[in-house]
Amino acid sequence: MEGNIAEMGQFIGAGLACIGMGGAGIGVGHVAGNFLSGALRNPAAAGEQTATLFIGIAFAEALGIFSFLVALLLMFAV
Amino acid sequence: MAGEYVEGEFNIHPMDQFQVIPLFGGTEVNWYTPTNATLWMGLTVVVVSLLMVAGPRGRALVPSRAQSAAEVTYGFVRKMVEDIAGKEGMKYFPYIFTLFLFILFANLLALIPYSFSPTAHIAVTAVLALAVFITVTAIGFIKHGLGFFKLFWVSSAPTVALRIVLAVIEVISYFVRPLSHSIRLAGNLMAGHAVLKVFAGFAGALGVGAVVPIIAITAIFGLELLVACIQAYVFAILTVVYLNDALHPGH
Repeated sequence: MEGNIAEMGQFIGAGLACIGMGGAGIGVGHVAGNFLSGALRNPAAAGEQTATLFIGIAFAEALGIFSFLVALLLMFAV
Repeated sequence: MAGEYVEGEFNIHPMDQFQVIPLFGGTEVNWYTPTNATLWMGLTVVVVSLLMVAGPRGRALVPSRAQSAAEVTYGFVRKMVEDIAGKEGMKYFPYIFTLFLFILFANLLALIPYSFSPTAHIAVTAVLALAVFITVTAIGFIKHGLGFFKLFWVSSAPTVALRIVLAVIEVISYFVRPLSHSIRLAGNLMAGHAVLKVFAGFAGALGVGAVVPIIAITAIFGLELLVACIQAYVFAILTVVYLNDALHPGH
């Protein structure tokens, strides 16, 4: 095993940044799950709300993408 | 950054596919150099034009496949704009429809093997998102003048102190919009294509066992097809939401 300490820091940092993606996963699951439970209670109103569902998912997902971007920057750009 | 291909080992170079390369040899890239990015964005425009201009050309009562594909896409985006921004928003429908089609077909063409995905580049999506940001802000100020600042003043909040705090948050979130708008699209596309490449890299070293990553790639490809459509939809719908904020500021 060889290599310098900066490279090690890069890899550890990229791994840590990926934790944020897990958070986004929880968030997206929360949005979709709550939508589904609401939709099953009142299926008639569900169709109109799919746009809201996707907006919610997009906002939750954006933060995960940010952390993924940080990981990519650490791996390939720094 | 370009990795060498080594026989019988893991060849994992997920970021190589995003390199902008001049089409006709050489390595220097100037603003006028035709690159693979130029080629695939041009192809996107060609495909969109073919679908939307040549497709419904027949104007048949019983539509052909191309015509009904074009009509369904048109109706889908039209309904989305009408639902969220109302009748006033329909004035800006051509812009949103153009954005949607360009992103959708850039995403879909990028899924062809050996192709290049322009929308995975933040340079491309940042231009699209900044254009939306500037357009929407301009529309807001032209329509409402200084009344546009009501967007940042939550008048339904109970106390003035709270309104000031909320105003700060609203201003920050307004200026983060182009950032998140562009990075969401580029990040999703980049992530998906990088994952495909990583799995493809596993296949080299596994011999017969390469069946496993190939099956995985097939599954992920299906997911990417979904992501390509959803991200185009999300970009368009957020544009409409921002536009609606500009058309009807105030809480």
